Amino acid sequence: MTVSNRNGMAKRQGIPLIDGIEKVTGRARYTADLEHADALVGRIFRSPVSHGQIVRLDVSKAQALEGVICAITGDDCPHTYGVLPVAMNEYPLARQRVRYRGEPVAAVAAVDADTAERALDLIELEVHELPAYYTSAEARASGATLLHEDRPGNLEREVHHQFGDVHQGFAAADVVREESISCAEVNHAQIEPHASLAEYDPLTGRLTVQSVSQVIYYLHLMLARCLEMDTSRIRIVKPFIGGGFGARVEVLNFEIITALLARAAGGKVMMRLTREECFLTHRARPQTDIRLKLGMRRDGRLTACECEVVQRGGAYAGYGIVTILYAGALLQGIYDIPAIKYDGYRVYANLPPCGAMRGHGAVDTRHAFECVLDRMARDFKLDPFSVRRANLLHAPTRTLNDLMVNSYGLAECLETVERASRWADRVGRLPRGKGLGMACSHYVSGAAKPIHWTGEPHAVVNLRLDFDGCVTALTGAADIGQGSSTMVAIAVAETLGISLERVRVVAADTAVTPKDNGAYSSRITFMVGNAALDAARNLKRILIKAAASTLEARLEDIECVGEVFQIGAGSQSGLPFAEVVKAALVDRGPITVEGSFTCPPEAQGGKHRGGAVGSTMGFSYAALVVEVTVDDATGLISVDKVWTALDCGHAINPLAVEGQIEGSVWMGMGQALTEETRYVGGLPAHASLLEYRIPTIAESPPIEVHIVESHDPNGPFGAKEASEGALAGFAPALVNAVANAIGIDMNDLPVTPDRVMEALIERRRQERLGQVRRVAQ
Amino acid sequence: MPIQSQRMRKRLLRIKVNGYWREDAVAENELLVDFLRDVLHLSGVKIGCDGGECGACTVLVDDQAVPACLKLAARCEGRSVETIEGLAAQARPSRLQLAFHEKLGAQCGFCTPGMIMAAEALLRRNPNPGDRDIRVALSGNLCRCTGYVKIIESIKAAAEISR
Repeated sequence: MTVSNRNGMAKRQGIPLIDGIEKVTGRARYTADLEHADALVGRIFRSPVSHGQIVRLDVSKAQALEGVICAITGDDCPHTYGVLPVAMNEYPLARQRVRYRGEPVAAVAAVDADTAERALDLIELEVHELPAYYTSAEARASGATLLHEDRPGNLEREVHHQFGDVHQGFAAADVVREESISCAEVNHAQIEPHASLAEYDPLTGRLTVQSVSQVIYYLHLMLARCLEMDTSRIRIVKPFIGGGFGARVEVLNFEIITALLARAAGGKVMMRLTREECFLTHRARPQTDIRLKLGMRRDGRLTACECEVVQRGGAYAGYGIVTILYAGALLQGIYDIPAIKYDGYRVYANLPPCGAMRGHGAVDTRHAFECVLDRMARDFKLDPFSVRRANLLHAPTRTLNDLMVNSYGLAECLETVERASRWADRVGRLPRGKGLGMACSHYVSGAAKPIHWTGEPHAVVNLRLDFDGCVTALTGAADIGQGSSTMVAIAVAETLGISLERVRVVAADTAVTPKDNGAYSSRITFMVGNAALDAARNLKRILIKAAASTLEARLEDIECVGEVFQIGAGSQSGLPFAEVVKAALVDRGPITVEGSFTCPPEAQGGKHRGGAVGSTMGFSYAALVVEVTVDDATGLISVDKVWTALDCGHAINPLAVEGQIEGSVWMGMGQALTEETRYVGGLPAHASLLEYRIPTIAESPPIEVHIVESHDPNGPFGAKEASEGALAGFAPALVNAVANAIGIDMNDLPVTPDRVMEALIERRRQERLGQVRRVAQ
Repeated sequence: MPIQSQRMRKRLLRIKVNGYWREDAVAENELLVDFLRDVLHLSGVKIGCDGGECGACTVLVDDQAVPACLKLAARCEGRSVETIEGLAAQARPSRLQLAFHEKLGAQCGFCTPGMIMAAEALLRRNPNPGDRDIRVALSGNLCRCTGYVKIIESIKAAAEISR
């Protein structure tokens, strides 16, 4: 682990989360824990069919039930919502048409849960069923009924990008390998179920919503749009959030429905979704088919890459366009590849809509890439590490698709895990059934161009200083457990030279905190961190000026160390922080200073269509090694150990960085081994945490984390993201380890025991056939 | 609104919660988790699933870790129930709670109360658990943030301190 420090930041050994005590004592209030004794209970009536025209919808009997305050339908909201302004094709409650089983159709608010549930039973719905499609191939077949009339071929978006000369690249290759790899749809499965509490005051016309959102600003915009309200009348407050991983990076139907119910009822409505409904709300990683072709020279240098990706996106747009663009864009930015062709197809199907999930868009293609790369290394009898090393980038550089690479610690990551796992001594020398595999991955530190591009700064942080001497950081950034508020507090305290305890962070309340785009694309450390630094520097200038004038010294001679302002570093006497605060505020009263951060236009990606997706000012890089044992009698894979190194630029809080890396690597393990959503006739067969199998503590391996610090020139203190970059490497490293252990290339995720057994049985069959043939000859 | 049936017959329940005896009228079909959350406002008891899947509602009933969503309140007659709120004395976190805080055993914190109660039950019967003991004792508690690495470290650190 590198511990050098070029950015003037004292190295800390890890700081517990500033809101950690509330969490461990049970005092932290999540949305479902908020005071709601006086609230009505909201419930959603969902479509029982996968695809159909609504012929009749009657909520009058539900409405008439004693204890039901209101019942609403699609008629109550004629406005669509969604992510990209160009692709909002979803109503909070279906209008005319339903497109997936479980789609919200109507909702009620009642005095208690029993009554609300009985009311749902009284709702009458008649649907003229239409053909429904559950695979990309069925939905794309010619003559298939269109889910959305304006989307021929049921294609939400096609992407065709080509950079460099691919034909020439393949011609220059010594070997070309092409593989088809399929990755199952997976779900975030954050442990906190969705919930929303909305309160509408009919007299003032104001709406307050507390919800499980990672993106309160977008929720603010969508509520204003769907409820036809002025944004100034809406307040969004984020309580504690029990995990996100992308589940809550878009506005979700139940959030708008709860607000609609609260307004219709003229009061307060609590909506808590069941776990099954959370799976129906979905918005996670789509089922993906990848066809990948790579060209390589004998020395391991890549010459060309051709990749086709088909994503089964579900019934509505959501983040779909971004996901299919990410899948292509992030083929780049990690290795030096002279020519790349990408064809992406985002398909509509009659299933719950997909969205963004940790490693958004990049995970499945990275999986395919790292698997094929490993197999080509084998073709040439090259070591997997040396193949990666043969294709490293050299920062600073720009990729073929015009993405900036400003810092690049991948070489050091490779070296670190190679050494830590004792790769050279152990690979190929492990006992029977055991194997080692490795892979690399990367991710953006925030999208350099936000979704709603309006030209304002990418992040703003305000610092409030009052006579009490407390520095209050106001940030719209959503702490969802990743520690973003702690990061802001550290950045402010470090810069001002004050103790962490003096900083209070108030986060994510639209009535108080400046607008922030939210917790997605790993943007917070880089962008909000930079804004916090900027604000702290601005405040520091004011304090130094006050100290200089009190001490009758020059500005440049004032330093603040340990909350004492003094003339020069070694000075004996100085002014305590409280004195300086009084001096700074005496003429003007309490102050609020502002800091902001903006990614410059040259960081915002190429000029080609969709070129903004993938653009970032700093990529994180990761390398990992996985050791597995494969039981050839049961097909069961156990992960014995994981070594991972992540280049996060600079670890502002090493403890939190470790936690993020462990969590992301482990989440990659779930996708690699067990996680898969399954639908039977559009009905989720996985909709509980027993059927949707995330790894338990019993089968979770030790994860050895190494932090590599490449000191990004633009990141706050040199920092980049740390939460997503390591995830995508796990599945390919595991598949490569399985190949190393039993000599079989597994192509599809998850690598379940039945798939391993099938492959083993097939191999035995082929071996016997071979023996029989030899005997026959 | 408390989630409970208006139609079910109620009975008087005598129960010790976090060290104090109390009497409440509860519906016969009322789950312990709803009783604790909605009647006693002990919202540290979390609901993460539709019943028995995640372990977030784990509480101690006579020192045994049980999911409160799989137990009727009425079945706790005369028994001692402890929740995460009962672990902190005068708001001072217990050694286990502090260890989860300091070692980052909690990220989003939603599984944390259940996780800590399951670990508390383990430490009461085995003050010096090994890796395997911890993995067995907590196998019914799901966490989606940590990969469990720092949860195991937290429990070991707490066991270390108490020795």
